[in-house]
Order: sequence, then structure tokens, then C-alpha cells
Amino acid sequence: MTCERVFFTFEITEDSHLLPAYRKRGGYEALEKAIRGMQPAEVQAEVAASGMRGRGGAGFPTATKWSFLAKGAPVYYLCCNADEGEPGTFKDRWIFEHSPHLLVEGILLASYALGVRHSFIYIRGEFDLSYRRLMNALQEAREAGLIGQSILGSEFSCEIIVQQGAGAYVCGEESSMLSSIEGFKGYPRNKPPFPAVKGLYQAPTVINNVETLSTLPWILRNGGAAYAKIGSEKNTGTRLFGISGHVVRPGLYEQPTGYRLKDLIYQDAGGIAGGKALKAVIPGGSSTPILTAEEIENITLDIDSVAKAGSMLGSGGVIVIAEGTCMVRLLQVLTRFYAHESCGQCIPCREGTAWMDRIVKRILAGKGVAGDLERLEGITVGITGNTICALGAAASMPVASFLKKFKHEFAYFIEHGRSLNDGRLEVQL
Amino acid sequence: MSCLTDKFDELRKIYPEEIKSSMVLPLLQLTLKEKGHLTESDALFIADYLGVPAMQVKEAMTWYTMLYRAPVGRHVVKVCRSIACSLCGEERLIAHLIKKLGIEPGATTPDGRFTLLEVECLASCGTAPAMQVNDTYHEQLTEEKIDRILEELS
Repeated sequence: MTCERVFFTFEITEDSHLLPAYRKRGGYEALEKAIRGMQPAEVQAEVAASGMRGRGGAGFPTATKWSFLAKGAPVYYLCCNADEGEPGTFKDRWIFEHSPHLLVEGILLASYALGVRHSFIYIRGEFDLSYRRLMNALQEAREAGLIGQSILGSEFSCEIIVQQGAGAYVCGEESSMLSSIEGFKGYPRNKPPFPAVKGLYQAPTVINNVETLSTLPWILRNGGAAYAKIGSEKNTGTRLFGISGHVVRPGLYEQPTGYRLKDLIYQDAGGIAGGKALKAVIPGGSSTPILTAEEIENITLDIDSVAKAGSMLGSGGVIVIAEGTCMVRLLQVLTRFYAHESCGQCIPCREGTAWMDRIVKRILAGKGVAGDLERLEGITVGITGNTICALGAAASMPVASFLKKFKHEFAYFIEHGRSLNDGRLEVQL
Repeated sequence: MSCLTDKFDELRKIYPEEIKSSMVLPLLQLTLKEKGHLTESDALFIADYLGVPAMQVKEAMTWYTMLYRAPVGRHVVKVCRSIACSLCGEERLIAHLIKKLGIEPGATTPDGRFTLLEVECLASCGTAPAMQVNDTYHEQLTEEKIDRILEELS
């Protein structure tokens, strides 16, 4: 396994995010190479050769997604999903803060490959430094003739418009994001039609994650085949893994796919805080099913390995939970989140997320009643598959998996009115 | 509203006419920045300016959590209560802030200095626990650090 890096290739200094530093790292060489010497189809072919799968969470092959675009439309749009809101995920922030030009170049490459004249970046409204650095990078790029009319003197023109979100987790769901960009409340839309056929303003639209787009400059500079050699065979490349919770050194680590989850926890992140034992891991952002310490034993960080263990690699946000943590209280943090973020459009999700939160809260207050756990399970079944977007399933998966794997803690709480553990979430050092 | 309209006009140059509806959120955000909170008349003004249905703007204004519709304090303290921050002591910190500011989450101090809010994930999980004061992120928080941050605010 090579130790190739796509993102962590430079030392962070006070000006390493600016255009001159980015150029010194080979920045915009890929764009120049593509615009001057490659047809859009050739750029697409390089991305296909790389085997890259999307980094937003679903892991769909990027080139395949692009190939679904309806042919012969007068207008195409590209939307960069930067509504990074999945709890446990903080990788896009790093790209904005430390290498925003990587994203700008990636968007320009994708726009060139797909015939897009207007690209959008939908960035979380909360992001402050990220937003400022992005706007500064766009300004620098515009002044250098890299954005706008006749880029680098070619016939390729492209504008990038930044839309700030306004505090809604669901807007990270692609069709909800489109509603939001169009100036509406962020209600998700039924699929089909998929965005590749009818997306933003009914035009064929590609929606890619920040990390996905930011990988394109590397692929175009070094070739898709070189990228395909990194990481696992069916899930190529490196990924930015965010590790948080009860570890000694939480943070962001770039590792090739196929890296051992245990190595990420015990080597990169320095093991469990306070020298405690590992209790559980949520491997890919808060919506992904929780895994017990035994279950993660042989997991490697690629989509298929985590799926085989019954969870998802998702956005690469690994949340680590130490022995002694109260799982009832922890689940209520999650049920509260989804109840708060359900957009209110589909009744099973709108009502179901609130019911689940109320029941878990009731158990936590020592007022759980017989049948509560069966009721919770019933609600997860009632939501899943019966909503327009995936938020309903995202809310159900933690509840179902916590109950399946830590049922005794819930049963104990209902029976005794108190936590089997000391009821705390923080590790006591 | 005239100075706002100038800013609206400035923004309008970025958006091609056929996608002017995309300006709803940016205009609400501009107005919020200028006035501190939004009212129905702001929504009507924007709808009129863009020539889009008033209900579209009103729905957007009332749906997004960051679009305040009531006055907030000079400093809005937003404490992340999502999973990573919870695992790293959010409950302890919010208790400290409630005591320190003398208000519950959702309330504003009588002198109008502080509004305290609990918010969902700020994408600071690797540097938890975190909070935001207005736009500025503060991470790896402790009680002492919070005290210092609050003291420096007017």
C-alpha cells in the first residue's frame, strides 16, 4: 500500500491557503492541462479510470453519476455540496480553511468536463473562516483569469456562485439542497426524476461533495490509473477520516481506503481517552449503525468492509465511545438531533422522529414503561422506506442499532429507573 | 430600506435573471445582518423586490433556524450539543453558561448582551467541545476558556 496523499501534502502556514502557495504545490496545472490539451470526454474518462466513489456518504462512483446526465440539454449545473452537517464529520472544513483552491480547481475541472457554465457551492451558513477563505480564493482565482469568461484564454467560461445555508441539516440531502438554492425552504423532492435528469431549475445537475471535487486536480495531474492504485481495489484513493469522541488525539487523518479502523483509533488517534476500554464505534457519521468493540476488530476503512460488518463508511466521521458511557443518554442526543432536523414534509419522519425522541427521553427520566423498546423498534420500521429522503432512515438506523446491540442497558433503565452505567457521556479521567 | 436596496442591487449582478429566485436566501441573510432579526415586512419587501410569491419568502424565512425572527442579544452564544461535543462535556459547559449568564438556552440577558442557544453539530467534532459566538468559532472549550471569552466581549 502506497502512502500517497491527496490532501495532506504541505505544511500549514499562515499563507499556505493562498493562491501563490497553491501554485507552488502544482495548483491549477491540472486545469491548464485539461483546458489546453484534453476534450471534456477525456477528463471524464480519467475520472472513470480513477474508480473514485463519492465522499459525501453514499459512495456512488463519481464518473457513473456524471454519465447519467441527460444529453443535449441547453444548460447544465454543477452543485458542490458543502453543507457539512452530519455529526462526526468535519473534513470539508479542513479543505476550505487550508486548501480552498483545491476545491475551486476541482469545480472548474468538473465544469469543464460536464459543460457547465454556472456552478454553485452550497456552504453551511455557520461556517465562518471556511466561508471567508473560500470567498478569498474565488477572488484570487477570478483576478488570475481562472474563473469567468474565457478561462486561460480558452473558449471555456464558468462562474462559481456561493450560496450560504441558513441552518438546516436536511439541506445536505441533494434534492433539499436544490430547493434551498432555488430560494425555497429546503424540502427534499421525490426521485425520480433524479437531479441528473431534472435538477436545479429543472436542468440536468450534478451534485458532488467537497472532498470528491477536491480530489479531481490530483487525478487529472497524476492520471486516473495512478489514483486507482491507491487504497482498496473497489473503493480507491485516500480519504479524510475525522475521528472524534473518546480518543486521545481526535482530529482529521488522511489515510488510504482499506486502512484498519483499529489503527486509526489506536495509532493515529492515540487510543481511548483515559486509558479506558473501547465500547463502541459509530463508523461514518451519526446516522450510521453503531458497532461494538468486537465488531470492529477486523474492519478496514472501505465501503465494502464496513458494510459487511453491518454499518456504513458514510462520510468517514468515526465517533469513538469508551466503556462506561450511558448508551441511553447517548441515543437521546441522537434522537433529539433528528427530531430537531426533520423538515416536516413526510409524516412518518416528522411524527416518528418526535415520538422516538419522546420515548427515549421518557426512559432517561426514569419513566420508561413496558413495551417502550418494542414501540421504538416499530417506529423505526414505520419510518424506513416511507419517506421522500433518507433523513428518516438516518434517524432510524441509530435507534435500531443501539437497541439491537445495547438492549440490556435500555431494559435496565426501564426496570430500575436509572442508568446501568453512571449515566454520564464524558470520560471521567 | 434604501441602503439595503443598494446592496440587493449589488448582489443581483451575480445572478442571471432566470435564476433570480436563488436570491431569496442571500437577501434574507443580508437583511438579517443589517437589522438583527427579520419580520414579515422584510419578507414582503424581498418578495416584491424579486417579483416572487410572498409566501415563498415567508416560508423560507420561518423554516431556517439561523434566520432569527425575534431580537437577539449583541452576542449570540451557540453551544454545540451534538454527539461529539456531548461526549466531550457539553452538558457541563452549558450548565456553566446557564449559571454564568443567568439565563436558560433560548433566552437573552435583560441587558441585551447575550443570547444563549444550544445548536446542532458545528462540524467541530475533532476539536470538541465547541461553541460559536456570533460568527466566531471557539473550540476545545473548558470552563476557564469560556470565562475568558465572555470577559473579552462588550
